[in-house]
Amino acid sequence: MRFHRTYAVVLRHFYLIRGSFSRVSPLFTWIAVDIVLWGLITKYLNTVAASGVNFIPRLLGAVLLWDFFIRVMQGVTMTFFEDVWSRNFLNIFSTPLSTGEYIGGLVLSSVATSAIGLVVMLILAAAVFGLSFAVLGALAVPFILVLFLSGIALGIVGCAVVLRLGPSAEWFIWPIPAFLSPFAGVFYPLSILPRWMRVFSYALPPSYVFEGLRAVVSGGVVSMRGLAAGGCLAVIYILLACRIFTWVYRKAVRSGLIARYSAESVS
Amino acid sequence: MVSVLSVNNLRKAYGETVAVDGISFEVRPHEIVGLLGPNGAGKTTTINMVLGVLEPGSGTIHIEGRNVATDRSRALELANFAAVYAPLPGNLTVFQNLKIFGLLYDVADLPARVDELIRQFDLAAFRDVKCGRLSSGEATRLCLAKAMLNRPHLLLLDEPTVSLDPSIARDIRLKIRAFARDGVGGILWTSHNMYEVAEVCDRVLFLSHGKILLEGDPKTLPREHGKENLEELFITVAREPLLLERA
Repeated sequence: MRFHRTYAVVLRHFYLIRGSFSRVSPLFTWIAVDIVLWGLITKYLNTVAASGVNFIPRLLGAVLLWDFFIRVMQGVTMTFFEDVWSRNFLNIFSTPLSTGEYIGGLVLSSVATSAIGLVVMLILAAAVFGLSFAVLGALAVPFILVLFLSGIALGIVGCAVVLRLGPSAEWFIWPIPAFLSPFAGVFYPLSILPRWMRVFSYALPPSYVFEGLRAVVSGGVVSMRGLAAGGCLAVIYILLACRIFTWVYRKAVRSGLIARYSAESVS
Repeated sequence: MVSVLSVNNLRKAYGETVAVDGISFEVRPHEIVGLLGPNGAGKTTTINMVLGVLEPGSGTIHIEGRNVATDRSRALELANFAAVYAPLPGNLTVFQNLKIFGLLYDVADLPARVDELIRQFDLAAFRDVKCGRLSSGEATRLCLAKAMLNRPHLLLLDEPTVSLDPSIARDIRLKIRAFARDGVGGILWTSHNMYEVAEVCDRVLFLSHGKILLEGDPKTLPREHGKENLEELFITVAREPLLLERA
C-alpha cells in the first residue's frame, strides 16, 4: 500500500467538489431539509402526544444518525461514480494503483464528506430544535463508529454492484438505505417487528445503534453486548465487502469489462 | 540487455472467438516497435493485456523482468500509455489531471515535472482549463504528457497522432523519437498511418486474426514481400493474409 496513491483518489474528489456547486450543495442541502422536516414533525408530536414523551431525541436523533449512515455510504459510492461518469477506468486501473489503495481512497473521501454532513446536522438540530447529543455521552462514539463502518461496507458493495452490472445499475444503489430502514428499526423498537423481519434486523449493525439510542433517551440500559455485536458485524461486513469488490474487479479484468466499461457494454 | 517488454505465447479468447492467438515478441530499450494490423486484429487487446486491465487466457508479460500478472503494481510503475479512446477526465483541469496521475505513478519532484510537461507539450495556455473544453488535438497532447509523466521504460501508444494536424503530428513524432533515443525506454506503437509508421518505427509486427504474420524493418519489409510500400503490404495483410502465411 502506497499512501500517495490513495491520496490521489481523495485529491481528485476534492478537486471535483471544490469546483462544482452541484457537488457541494448535496453535502448538506438534503440533510438540512430532512432535519427541518423531522424537527417540525417531532415538535408537532410533542404538542399532541398525551404521554409527555419528548420525541425530539427519539425521532430527530434517529433521523440524524440514519442520515449520517446514508451520507457515509453515498460518500463511498459518489467517489466511485465519478470514475464511472468520466469513463476513467482504463486510465486509473492501468496505473500501479491497487484495489486496496483505491478502496482506501473511496473511504477517506467518504470520511471527509460525511463529517461535513454530520457537523451541519448537529449544528442545525441543536440550534433550531434544541437537540443535544450530550445526552448520549460517551455512547455517541460507538454509535457513530458502528454507523460509519456499516455505511462504508454498504458503499463498497454498492460500488461492486455497479462495477459488475454497469453504470445504469447505480439506480439499484440509491434506494438501498430506504429498503433497509424498516429492518434497522430507525423509528421503532425491533420488538414490534414480525419475527421474520427481526431475523434480518439482527444481521444489521445499525439496528443495535437505534435500539441503544432509544434505551439512552428513555433512561434505560444500553446493551453493550448488542453494540459490540453490531461493531463486530460491521467490521466483518467491511472485510466481506472488500472481498466482493476485489472478486468483481478480478472478474472484470478477466472478461475485459474494465477496458471497455460503459452502459452498453456490460449487459 | 533486458527487454523493456517481453511477451511470451500470449493468448486471449472470448468464448469461441480468439482475439490474440499465442503471440510472442519483445521491445528493447530505445526501440520503437509498430504493432500493425486491420481492425479486430488484436492490437488493442494486446495493449490492454500489457496494461494489466485484461487478463490473458495464457502466456506471460514481463515489463523489465517484472511479471504483470504476479507483480502488477511494480510492473506498471515502469509503463504508461496514451490512447485516443482513453481521454483524461473532462471535469478536471490539465494541471489537476497531471498532478493526480503523477501521484498515482509516484513521480519524483512532481510540481516541476508537471510544469516541464505542460511546457513541452505546449499546454501552458490550458493549464487551468477543464479537459472537457480542450480540442481533440489539445486533449491528445495532454494524454501524451500524462503518458510521459513517470518517464516510462515502456510507453504504449495507441494511435497517438490520429487527431492532430500534420504540423503538430510531426512535432509529436519528433518528441516521441527523442524520448526513445535519449531516455531509457522502448515504445510499442499502433497506427493506421503507414507513412508515419515507416518514418518512426524501428521494427514492425503485422497482426492478423490474433497472430503475428510478419515482422521486420518497415523500410525493407514491403520489398521482401513484393510490395511497393508499407500501405500496400498492410492492405494485403488485411485482405489476403493467407497469401502471406503461405509465402
